[in-house]
Amino acid sequence: MAGTKQNGTGKLAANGQNGYKVIGTRPVRPDGVDKVTGRAVYAADVQMTGLLHGFVLRSPHAHANIRSIDTSKAEALPGVRAVVTAADLPVAEDKIEDLGEGAINLKYLSDNILAHEKALYHGHAVAAVAAVNPHIAQEAAELIEVDYEVLPPVMTVDDALAGDAPILLDTLRTDSMGEIGAEQTNLASFFRHQRGDLDAGFADAHLVVDRTYRTETVHQGYIEPHAATALYSADGQITIWTSTQGSFAVRGQVCEILQIPVSRLKVVPTEIGGGFGGKINVYVEPVAVLLSQKAGHEPVKVIMSRADVLAATGPTSGSNVRVKIGVDANGKISAALAELYYEAGAYPGSPVGAAANVSLAPYAIDNLQVDGYDIVVNRPRSAAYRAPGGTNVAFAVESVVDELAEKLGMDPAEFRILNGAKENDRRPDGLQYARIGQIETVEAIRDSEHYQSSLEGKYRGRGIASGYWNNWGGQSSATAVLNPDGTVNLNEASTDIGGTRASIAMQLAEAMDIEYEMVKARVVDTDTVSYNDVTGGSRTTFATGLAAYNLGQQLIKEMKSRLADQWDVGAGDVSYEDGTFSAGGESLPFVEAAGLVQREEPLMASSTVHPQDFGPGFSTQCVDIEVDPETGKITILRYTIAQDVGKAIHPSYVEGQMQGGVAQGIGWAINEEYIYDDEGRLLNASLLDYRMPTALDLPMIETIMVEVPHPAHPYGVRGVGEVNIVPPAGAIANAVYNATGVRMDKLPISPANLLEAMWARETEPAELVPGDD
Amino acid sequence: MAKKIAVETTLNGEETVFLCEPRQTLLEALRDNLGLIGSKEGCGNGNCGACNVILDGVLVNSCLVLAPEIEGRSVVTIEGIAEDGELHPLQQKFLEHASLQCGICTPGFIVSAKSLLDDNPDPSEHDVRLWLAGNLCRCTGYDKIVRAVLDVAESDA
Repeated sequence: MAGTKQNGTGKLAANGQNGYKVIGTRPVRPDGVDKVTGRAVYAADVQMTGLLHGFVLRSPHAHANIRSIDTSKAEALPGVRAVVTAADLPVAEDKIEDLGEGAINLKYLSDNILAHEKALYHGHAVAAVAAVNPHIAQEAAELIEVDYEVLPPVMTVDDALAGDAPILLDTLRTDSMGEIGAEQTNLASFFRHQRGDLDAGFADAHLVVDRTYRTETVHQGYIEPHAATALYSADGQITIWTSTQGSFAVRGQVCEILQIPVSRLKVVPTEIGGGFGGKINVYVEPVAVLLSQKAGHEPVKVIMSRADVLAATGPTSGSNVRVKIGVDANGKISAALAELYYEAGAYPGSPVGAAANVSLAPYAIDNLQVDGYDIVVNRPRSAAYRAPGGTNVAFAVESVVDELAEKLGMDPAEFRILNGAKENDRRPDGLQYARIGQIETVEAIRDSEHYQSSLEGKYRGRGIASGYWNNWGGQSSATAVLNPDGTVNLNEASTDIGGTRASIAMQLAEAMDIEYEMVKARVVDTDTVSYNDVTGGSRTTFATGLAAYNLGQQLIKEMKSRLADQWDVGAGDVSYEDGTFSAGGESLPFVEAAGLVQREEPLMASSTVHPQDFGPGFSTQCVDIEVDPETGKITILRYTIAQDVGKAIHPSYVEGQMQGGVAQGIGWAINEEYIYDDEGRLLNASLLDYRMPTALDLPMIETIMVEVPHPAHPYGVRGVGEVNIVPPAGAIANAVYNATGVRMDKLPISPANLLEAMWARETEPAELVPGDD
Repeated sequence: MAKKIAVETTLNGEETVFLCEPRQTLLEALRDNLGLIGSKEGCGNGNCGACNVILDGVLVNSCLVLAPEIEGRSVVTIEGIAEDGELHPLQQKFLEHASLQCGICTPGFIVSAKSLLDDNPDPSEHDVRLWLAGNLCRCTGYDKIVRAVLDVAESDA
């Protein structure tokens, strides 16, 4: 049974629901007090005796051969302790490894840390300095002389695929469904998903809409810049303190880049100030290790500036997307085609593969084809960003779907319900769905007070859109120590970006039938537990939560067994209910049992999991906007999200994920973009000019948690972190159409882009209000 | 290396003397010279508010103030918000409302919100959003932050 609940102020489910005692409540997170008092230690906060400070010199050119680097003047500056360039990196092999979230060629990984022969984007690291303070390190870096041969930049899909395009990577050949091309190219790969008969489907169509869209590069925008401190000890042992979504992903990448065995590197994750996919790749970590080694085994801290974060880390791909969908006279989709051209940045690896899965996922379609192209351009190497690739393609698909519904005279929610994917339907790549909640999210929006309300006024409009994200399982490791006073120390390695210590501890508490406050959850380093995948793919509360559930089951089972010995009964005779063990005439509360069972031998448990059957998430969203016809500025008047959350373990943090993802999606839709000049130099590398939404730009964001429990998790958990960012651009574009009569074919729908489109349109804006029928 | 100068100031209510280089910002001096790491650097040019402190009763970006400028003046940082070992109501409500996810922007928001409530104890939602527009949060969408601040204002009313 699906259930829905509207967000509130903390009163909801105060005592849990559905028989749960802890799950569904809203306790304070374990790391909360440290974070509101300023005591929590993030990456830049690490201090130690003898600490040196690093600074990275970066390429001022988007595309250039590096003829030579002269570091002698920098080395001579008083206070400088080490200078490194790519010559200090081991020669990297041209081989593919999966070290975090997706495969990467190790040569490209190494080249991105410090450029070898070529600088491939404005901001590409070329050298680094360690000095006694950050100012001297910067002064020294400016004394490094780099002789560049500047090459013409390749900035977009169209530039990169042009016949005479300059080539970024000499050895790159197109991988076309496993066949490797012979020619030099900027097209790294091509793939196709298809099923049914596309031509017949379009031939049968009553109506076809065929449109092409453009989206710009955007950044994850975490408020904490990348930072790392490394100590290369004289005995060869290396420690890195860093802000990362995955300490083991850092270990894996750094060990490959520096060619050291994992036994010599310990990664200590600090608190992390946001990631959204952008803190999986390493940037400054290997540089800090090299500097520490060269500086005589002193610790070195490297903190990136905001400008460097924007210029050289994480953005997600700009893209060109074509979508063509045909429908029969009843509005049923008869065929769909999507062509996705994604800019990977300087090295292959855009999220086009994931985007293809997202593209048509909310719909049941018999005849479809999805083509994906991964293209290198002179922009920073793209990184994962919340439902990677999904927002681009959903903007396109949801715009076409809205236009089809309008031309058919159908309500856009009813169109999505008629065509909605459900259990046993298939994703574009063929994966068959288990129980999913797409249609339930559309129904929740359709039936919401928001959608049923009227919206009046010129230049106001309402739009809806749906989105999909597959989520992930991944590998997790955790241990639990039972203390004699009945508290439990939970040691897990999933770095906590949004309250997962709480959501994981809650599952352990539920499994043991103890109070949440009795579980002390902490995030530990790579030497303390076994391998653990990144906090990404919306997997942490699902998979690490599953490990915590297993720990709870193990501890209770072992406690029963030891009590059975004490009480001289069979192990199966001991029962545990409402926090009390009993057998025969004996009974003992949990806290007393915790002491008794450990008089002879301590008790701890460990669990490793790798669940494959993770449950996908769907979200449908509704937005009301107003357009200022003088300036083109969009004001968000009202926003409602319905999302299939499986089971909300900590509803406040689930709402927070939904609201935060939508806020990022709104920024992507209406304001955020990388702006480059003709030479490929990034013009807006500051938080003034790369403008993310502020509190003043947003209303309260209403959440409807649709709970379709995931059958493969003991508490029904699905990932909730990512799918929320997929629909906003489409929903806002559809609202813009209803407000102005203009269908936008590019993101962002910034004031300038919207005004231009409105001026290009001849007709007057219609006062069209969908959902008000 | 530049010659260091001594700065006398009142820091979170305590008379304090520290050494700094003339080119160090207040943020850098707080973090690196005084060990007060609660003020964060998110941008270094006054656009994110993560470093906000209250200087003589006025909310400022500590990354835009040079350390020597606080000579003879009074500074309140996130470390000075809790009183007598008790969390400030803003700190308590941020916890109860789950107003933080990653938490890096939280000290700046709490300092800014305190400055708002010092000036205007009964703000509207719009007042709160306008005042906090100088603080960027990328995790929450601001909903739960605004609710926490309004809750504190209402509780005090």
